[in-house]
Amino acid sequence: MTEPLLSISGLTKAYPGVVANDDVSFDIQTGEVHALLGENGAGKTTLVKMIYGLVKPDQGTMQMHGRPFAPNEPRAARRAGVGMVFQHFSLFDALSVAENVALGMENTPPMRQLSSRIRDVSATYGLPLDPGRTVGDLSAGERQRVEIIRCLLQDPKLLIMDEPTSVLTPQEVDILFETLRKLTSEGVAILYISHKLEEIRRLCDQATILRHGRKVATCVPSETSAREMAELMVGSSFANPKRTDHLPGDVVLELKNLSLPAPSAFGISLKNINLSLHAGEILGLAGVAGNGQDELLAALSGEIRTRPDAVSFQGTPIGHKGPTARRALGVLAAPEERLGHAAAPDMSLTENAALTAITRENLQSGGFLNWSATREFAQSIVLKFDVRTPGVEVTASALSGGNLQKFVIGREVLQRPVVFVVNQPTWGVDAAAAAAIRQALLDLAAKGAGVICISQDLDELLEISDRFAALNEGRMSGIRPAQGLSVEEIGLMMGGAHGMEVAHVSD
Amino acid sequence: MFRIEKRPQPSRLWTYLTPLVAVVITMIVGGALFAALGKNPVEAIRTIFWDPLFGEFSFYYRPQLLVKAAPLILIAIGLSLGFRAGIWNIGAEGQYIIGALTGAGVGLAFYPLEAAYIFPLMVLAGALGGWAWGMIPAVLKTRFGTNEILVSLMLVYVAEQLLAKMALGLLRNPDGRGFPGSRNLQQYSSAHNAEIIAGTGVHWGVVAALIAVIFAYILFTRHVLGFHIRLTGQSPKAARFAGVNPARLALICLGLSGALAGLAGMFEVSGPAGQINIDFNVGYGFTAIIVAFLGRLHPVGILLAGLLLALTFIGGENAESNLGLPAAAIQMFQGMLLFFLLAVDVLTHYRLRWKSAEVA
Repeated sequence: MTEPLLSISGLTKAYPGVVANDDVSFDIQTGEVHALLGENGAGKTTLVKMIYGLVKPDQGTMQMHGRPFAPNEPRAARRAGVGMVFQHFSLFDALSVAENVALGMENTPPMRQLSSRIRDVSATYGLPLDPGRTVGDLSAGERQRVEIIRCLLQDPKLLIMDEPTSVLTPQEVDILFETLRKLTSEGVAILYISHKLEEIRRLCDQATILRHGRKVATCVPSETSAREMAELMVGSSFANPKRTDHLPGDVVLELKNLSLPAPSAFGISLKNINLSLHAGEILGLAGVAGNGQDELLAALSGEIRTRPDAVSFQGTPIGHKGPTARRALGVLAAPEERLGHAAAPDMSLTENAALTAITRENLQSGGFLNWSATREFAQSIVLKFDVRTPGVEVTASALSGGNLQKFVIGREVLQRPVVFVVNQPTWGVDAAAAAAIRQALLDLAAKGAGVICISQDLDELLEISDRFAALNEGRMSGIRPAQGLSVEEIGLMMGGAHGMEVAHVSD
Repeated sequence: MFRIEKRPQPSRLWTYLTPLVAVVITMIVGGALFAALGKNPVEAIRTIFWDPLFGEFSFYYRPQLLVKAAPLILIAIGLSLGFRAGIWNIGAEGQYIIGALTGAGVGLAFYPLEAAYIFPLMVLAGALGGWAWGMIPAVLKTRFGTNEILVSLMLVYVAEQLLAKMALGLLRNPDGRGFPGSRNLQQYSSAHNAEIIAGTGVHWGVVAALIAVIFAYILFTRHVLGFHIRLTGQSPKAARFAGVNPARLALICLGLSGALAGLAGMFEVSGPAGQINIDFNVGYGFTAIIVAFLGRLHPVGILLAGLLLALTFIGGENAESNLGLPAAAIQMFQGMLLFFLLAVDVLTHYRLRWKSAEVA
């Protein structure tokens, strides 16, 4: 075997109270796509931050091309040929593509020259992008291309990508994978972080699996099943959600020509959304982030009010009603953002239980809160949804993402919703917890509730939903039965590849 | 070497301890300041903190302490309602003035009639006046999205102009030989906020302040409104999701804090101050902001902080007159208190670690 491009040995990094990386060693070969797998909090981010010079390891060494490599800042890492595309883009909306790229460069060439180089690179790697366009007008997929091109202009030998496909439609994922394959054929190595195991099986040559900061396994993804990889990440086996067959009942929730102006400058307006949700069914809503999911949830939870008859519950218009009145009827919701929206970070779990449950769980009399009843309710959520916490008096921010998500979902599910709207129920949640949450949604539907599940995880939606639709720029596609839908069809429902010459679904 | 590291959770112990540590540091640094001015630091600190409470003339100062602390506490409790929800009423001084004007105005309208209902009517009028003045920034905020900090602050200056106008015009004492200022309410027994127990300094304002502390404590710990106020302050988005109407909350908080400030003004004008005059307001409304924060926006904390600040006022005046300390030094001393509180505050969210030489 040839000398590895990057060789990591014994990297250890401890933060107060937690060892983020414990003696991690592995090699990345020239021209390979190397997957880094692990649950949230397994230490993937810390590890790549050390490679990119953002964090200094406590112990351990790295070698690049056989020479010691210890970047003390990202600039040093970039000089050594390491590029990184972050999950959250660092772009300025008001500037053009070329200007944004120029901001990240050390020796900025004249703008005209830079623009032509951007055109060259984007043509070479099949990443269509106009250097003159304003970033604020670009789709998420196009923004990612800006970040990738910014890296490629530095001629990287190693490209680190953190969850690159979470913001892409299936078609855009295909384009990205083409680009990555082209890069590897030229000898660039790619360190690829993702939760999407099927993608990793398609793309990656090698995988290193981290659990609790330690390397626990390596595997060849194409020869390993997604389930095996998931179990290696979790460290135990878990049950797949089971669905029971039942017939959908009457319409419980109906949207008629729901339109909303964008609530903020960078929000999305909802355009003429129509749907009817039946008791006992799960309606899956796909869509790339930022296509109106948050706005739709707010319109359903009552945070944003609409024309009364735009939203009706069991035939009664409720569009003008606020969250408390809707909860009283049985329309419950769980927003995507756990900390700061679904839960208050610095409040205890007991207080967070009161956040949505005061009305339905009868936690007050005459305006005075019954804290002991609230505590019992919080404890029952912790118990029934296996929330790992030392107690209900700890603050919400002290819980891990997955545990808090279980708490948030459990809080609503235990209030016996008639309609339950949830956005990204398993985002950033480990595989076992995700399976438990999906099971809870299926059980809820089996008991006769109507569930709207908004998610970017197509596998999840296909696993649990009865009917399926997609959101694209605030519009909703037609609703189709979920069974028998292909990923390509779904991709087209989601709007195809933004900015590409692909036919759009007409509505 | 010391290293600062973030605590996983804010420390409960330090939340309560920081005000005490801040007071101690203020004493030390303030003492050094007084020493640099050529005064005996121990004597200066004793004059400020000890003598008013336990010194030779404490029989005179102790009631004064309650008289000065009561308006501070009353106003600060009101402010804390809004501050906890992230609604910043900076104009309590103005609401205090208006409350005094409406309260005194109602009393003077009845002059010279003696009746038991006059004082309760004045209390009501004072609260209403402060409430109305507080509702101006509230309505502008909820209707037009104006910033309540600016509007409430600017209304202080409007209120001051109004006070001067009233002292020279409508409310001027007709028997006052043309001097500015209203009749003295201390000489009008139906309108006089007299001491309830003679010689203790306890007037109705002190009682009201204590009631406000208890009321706020119950509101924050037991009531849904208090829960929603805390929720809004911590996470406005989560509060909206919980069903809190932010506009309604702003109206309630600004209205209540205005009403309490108005009450404080009314009790002051009908009691210790006695009359409406150009220089009626002495900054209680602004000092109450310090009291609110020094007390951690917690009702009991505010009670203690109000007493402490009143103590530094009385002690500071004594130090000025007895030791010849310049007024600026005393003001600096009071400023240090807030400064050190904010500095020590870091310890609730961070901890200091002694980093020993690392073992390789």
